[in-house]
Amino acid sequence: MNTVGLCTRAAFDQTQGACTLAATELMTLDELYEEFDFLPDWEDRCDFLIDLGMELPKLSSDEKIEPNRVHGCQSMVWLVTELDDSGDEPVLRVRANSDAMIVNGLIAVLLAIYDGKTPREVLDADAAEIFKRLELDRHLSSQRKNGLSGMVTRLRQLAAAAIVDLDQQAN
Amino acid sequence: MKHLSETVLDVRNQFPIFDHPLPKGQPVTFLDTAASAQKPQTVIDREREVCERYYANAYRGVYRFGAMVDEELEASREAVRKLLGAESRDELAFTAGATMSLNVIANGWGRRHLQPGDEILLSVLEHHANFVPWQQVVAATGAKLRFIPLTPAGELDLSDPELFNNRTRIVAVTGMSNVLGTLPPLAELSQRAHAVGAILVVDAAQSLPHGPIDVVATGIDFLACSGHKLYGPTGVGILYGRKELLAETDPLIFGGHMIDQVHQDHSTWADPPARFEAGTLPIVQAIALRPALEFMESVGYEAMHAHELELTQAAHAQLAEIPGIQIYGPPPERKGSIVSFTMEGAAAEDIAHLLDRKGVFVRHGHHCTMPLHTWLGVPATVRASFGVYNNLDDVQRLADALRYVRQRLKLDT
Ligand SMILES: Cc1ncc(COP(=O)(O)O)c(C=O)c1O
Repeated sequence: MNTVGLCTRAAFDQTQGACTLAATELMTLDELYEEFDFLPDWEDRCDFLIDLGMELPKLSSDEKIEPNRVHGCQSMVWLVTELDDSGDEPVLRVRANSDAMIVNGLIAVLLAIYDGKTPREVLDADAAEIFKRLELDRHLSSQRKNGLSGMVTRLRQLAAAAIVDLDQQAN
Repeated sequence: MKHLSETVLDVRNQFPIFDHPLPKGQPVTFLDTAASAQKPQTVIDREREVCERYYANAYRGVYRFGAMVDEELEASREAVRKLLGAESRDELAFTAGATMSLNVIANGWGRRHLQPGDEILLSVLEHHANFVPWQQVVAATGAKLRFIPLTPAGELDLSDPELFNNRTRIVAVTGMSNVLGTLPPLAELSQRAHAVGAILVVDAAQSLPHGPIDVVATGIDFLACSGHKLYGPTGVGILYGRKELLAETDPLIFGGHMIDQVHQDHSTWADPPARFEAGTLPIVQAIALRPALEFMESVGYEAMHAHELELTQAAHAQLAEIPGIQIYGPPPERKGSIVSFTMEGAAAEDIAHLLDRKGVFVRHGHHCTMPLHTWLGVPATVRASFGVYNNLDDVQRLADALRYVRQRLKLDT
């Protein structure tokens, strides 16, 4: 097991159970698209995001620490990532929480894009396009967009670093 | 005599923004006046009138429109002079706003007069606009910042005899906290500042919308404020400086009407206030500041204060009934009409978002006072602030909407 970024191995081991469970509870992108297409207006979609946010698996309090904070969001956001190489291919495991439920809803969308993906898939994903498809780009304040792009940048950096690491190991 | 609530209705009717309900027929519950106030019809009309009837650049042309603009600008400056009780119009410059005025004071006077080891006394309440410029000045001059601590209620604790000492050069405080509503004792601060040879700078961005300040009687040396918080236009503010002080303040921006002579190797500046009015002024906005001040005068500062106090008291009483709410700052009788709070279990961002759904507009976050929020020990607060046009129905809708927040976030289950 490799750990990427700032999450310690101990923290990951402790929460591994919760992490796998979380992965099964999370929505896929296709489910999200379907749900959004079904909801007529922005307010309903917001409600849906809040509901998703309220169901988002929680980080433990020892993971909600300063090194895991994502700055640039109006609310508090913590992001924990690890590279899971227990399967055929190493994949990025992403967990994140905010104190704000609407932000947790947006995090659920990010997880649908990035969680359980290989570093290459993470780099290939076009979050901006997906947010556009969900019409989230039109409705988010510039502050929320900043916060989200802060998270996306962090995930892409981790994926890029993981690719370099994996290449080195292969050589 | 009219009952206060009738007067309030008359006042509210002067603000066209409230004539248009939100898409689902919801009334607009505007509780963000501390960020920027809505504009009465007279202000809107005056801006139009200037553009439609006699617009021209200021202090340049001899032709009719130019002369009319100059005359109106000076009438506006005179209205500000009266509001502040300043001795002369020459002590008042039009700026882009309170932020610009404070930057001129800090850089124009501070950098010129501060020596290494000198002290600038600020309070923990300060808005970043009255904080960061001083931080920059300190870095450039070797002076030091010292902070007036707060009492648990968020008022200034002036008990430490070391606060004012023979190294204190500048005391820079807000006239009213934009988060807690705290009203620092300006006259006492002035007296103690002057006793040690320091000057008093007042950030009146929040306090002036709630009542006039007499700069002479209070002993204020520099003052900053913004038109848009005074029911007036955006983009215009005021820099007040006592005559002797403005004369020894360097300009920050160069060009246009602030110039006296330009030679190839050096230039000289016009006298104040022109020295601080580089480039083209916000002409339309500065002219329309006058009807804003006239509007406040027509409501009457005492009636305004009584009304805003009633709303603040009602908000405190209503919010106290809602579980999990904590209000920060002094009691209503000792503060301006601002109510900042948190609700246990609900992030400020969610609260503001859900209130918006009910047509209740509040601000959330750190309100440009990060050091104060560090002191409060919370990352963010929700702020409801009242202006002359608000009424008790607005307070009721705030309380109802907060109950809805609890329900939506399942805080009671
Ligand atoms: C206390 C205080 N000072 C300064 C400012 C800055 O005013 P402006 O943005 O109009 O320059 C504000 C505005 O929020 C304020 O509340």
